[in-house]
Amino acid sequence: MTISRRGLLGTGAALGLLTACGSNTGRDDGGSGGGPELSQWYHQYGEQGTEQAVKKYAAAYDKAHVTVQWRPGNYDEQTAAALLTDSGPDVFEVDGPTLDQIQGKQIADLTGLFEGVKDDFNPAVLAPKTYDGRIWAIPQVIDMQMLYYRKSLLADAGVEPPRTLDELVDAAKKLTSKKTKGLFLGNDGGAGVLGGTPLYAAGLELVTEDGKVGFDDPAAARTLGKIHQLYADKSLLLGAPSDWSDPSAFVQGLTAMQWSGLWALPTVQKELGDDFGVLPFPKDGAGEPSVPVGAYGAAVSTRGKHQQAAKDYLKWLWIDRTEYQEDFALAYGFHIPARISLAKKAGKLRKGAAADAVRFTTDHGYAQPLRWTPAGRTAYQDALSRIIKDGASPDGELRKVVRKVSAELDRVKKK
Amino acid sequence: MFVGPFLLGLGVFTYIPLGWSVYLSFFDAHNTVTPSDFVGLGNYTAMLKNEAFTDSLSTFLVFSLLIVPATYALSLALALMVNRQRRAQAFFRSVFFLPAACSYVVAALIWKMSLFSGVRFGLANTVLGWFGGDQIAWLSTTDPPWYWAVIVTVRLWLQAGFYMVLFLAGLQRISPTLYEAAAVDGARPGWQVFRYITFPQLRATSVAVVLLLVINAFQAFDEFYNLLSDARGYPPYARPPLVYLYYTALGQGQNLGLGSAGAVLLALIIAVVTVGQAKWFGLGRKEAQ
Repeated sequence: MTISRRGLLGTGAALGLLTACGSNTGRDDGGSGGGPELSQWYHQYGEQGTEQAVKKYAAAYDKAHVTVQWRPGNYDEQTAAALLTDSGPDVFEVDGPTLDQIQGKQIADLTGLFEGVKDDFNPAVLAPKTYDGRIWAIPQVIDMQMLYYRKSLLADAGVEPPRTLDELVDAAKKLTSKKTKGLFLGNDGGAGVLGGTPLYAAGLELVTEDGKVGFDDPAAARTLGKIHQLYADKSLLLGAPSDWSDPSAFVQGLTAMQWSGLWALPTVQKELGDDFGVLPFPKDGAGEPSVPVGAYGAAVSTRGKHQQAAKDYLKWLWIDRTEYQEDFALAYGFHIPARISLAKKAGKLRKGAAADAVRFTTDHGYAQPLRWTPAGRTAYQDALSRIIKDGASPDGELRKVVRKVSAELDRVKKK
Repeated sequence: MFVGPFLLGLGVFTYIPLGWSVYLSFFDAHNTVTPSDFVGLGNYTAMLKNEAFTDSLSTFLVFSLLIVPATYALSLALALMVNRQRRAQAFFRSVFFLPAACSYVVAALIWKMSLFSGVRFGLANTVLGWFGGDQIAWLSTTDPPWYWAVIVTVRLWLQAGFYMVLFLAGLQRISPTLYEAAAVDGARPGWQVFRYITFPQLRATSVAVVLLLVINAFQAFDEFYNLLSDARGYPPYARPPLVYLYYTALGQGQNLGLGSAGAVLLALIIAVVTVGQAKWFGLGRKEAQ
């Protein structure tokens, strides 16, 4: 059988039409309502029911047709790349935004949405979303990290819950045995997850309020040297099947203490009952205990065709519908609502380790400053990895990082 | 007419992005693909002065020195073994070739979470335990750098079968009369025949295999990324160039100008190494009469 060119083109066109009819445009999933079409992106949460919940919220909005996309994989990289194109989302979760995204005018100014409610948002997480006095994302829920410890294992080893970094180093060593390691800070030895936490615990900071490097101080090298000591003592669990964000290593008894997030609390409680406690990262020298806090924010892309509709939707979802915020924070996983009034009245946060976590967040919480750019963060994490694992000189490594971060701070200041 | 769509695809998805990347490399392009701040060779000098980038090239060099000879030797050995196999030859060929069909991502995750997990129930650590050895955190220690054992074995497993097929093709091109003549001349089967007949006759295949292995080593990404990265980043000690450029240009850094300069530099290095290597081995040169 021969196929004429016209026949081939016709078949191709028909196939194209069929493909178009059947293609998944993402517009029929999760949303309803009239008005403009909006696409909304979330990163994939590990907590069951969250996806259905956000689709339910979107479907309840009647002034726009909102399509929810639940995106597994490297979400931050996906959104960063999508913001360069017209096919990205109208509204999306962002772990930030970054200063470059704001200065690059990729994110819409949402200051107007906070009228009358700004003071009800936790200032620690609102600060990194604020630049030049304008607010660029709505904090959804607060996440924080803390130290989980197994009471029975500490009691058996005659170890008190560590209140200083020196005590943590000692405790981890005493708790290490053939079967159980003293402490789990992630499979990289803590370089990734700890970030600036030890610096804050030493009374320092990543970037000062006036935009200078906040750890150009001998105390920084001393503190980071102690983290290396944990590695050198072989007190750290390394190479666990799941990383620090998952409490599996802790509940399986692979480690006596683990640095993890508030989200792990329900699992730990279910598996260990009352046999655990939580602590902030212990202080060092003249510093204070510290816990990192952060919040995924809801942002609007400036490339979207319906920016005002997108802003109206976000205001409805994350500012007006407070019952959804509480549901999102506490019904599926375990997070602190970003609104102070909601966090105060949430029953699940009033007792036990959860109440401790909320107190740590209020008393010792710090958020990564907006000027802590990805380039500076990578340089610092690389240095931390070399200090921890290679035993590189903390002084020398930090000098290089200070130079790099200073150059980055100068770059963003010029824009 | 029939070539048109392919040419269009090649232009749209290869040549235009390639040209655009070269264009971007001369601009300060943070979070934009349509930049306006021309910086000349600034991104190139920044990249060449960047310790992380030069370290990534060293990582490649180490990886290349480990994986190229290992794959070469293993795939040649497998090819010789299978070629001599009289029974079930197709079966053994398939068995050795099958890993080539496996995804690098899947293999890397199996290596990371099952075979070389750093805890006591990881397979490698279980075996060590039988002999009274201590647990090893394979991917988390730099002294000794056990992570190379994990990275090299996963790639070796995945690619040796493919190169075995190339060597098999090369072996089948060798005329049987050469072996017959060697036998008549009293050459002992085994090492002597291999040393003086088989190996020299495989020269063209060997050059092509080494060339492909080096280029593939330069392009290493999947297994490095999946074995060593986590949500918070990537350790500096085993970060090959492509992983570094991924984080620079496509990660949250979104420094597309700097990333493009790095990509151009990397392409130039690969081209120079490839051409230099081809010249060195005399690829394409007519065999001596």
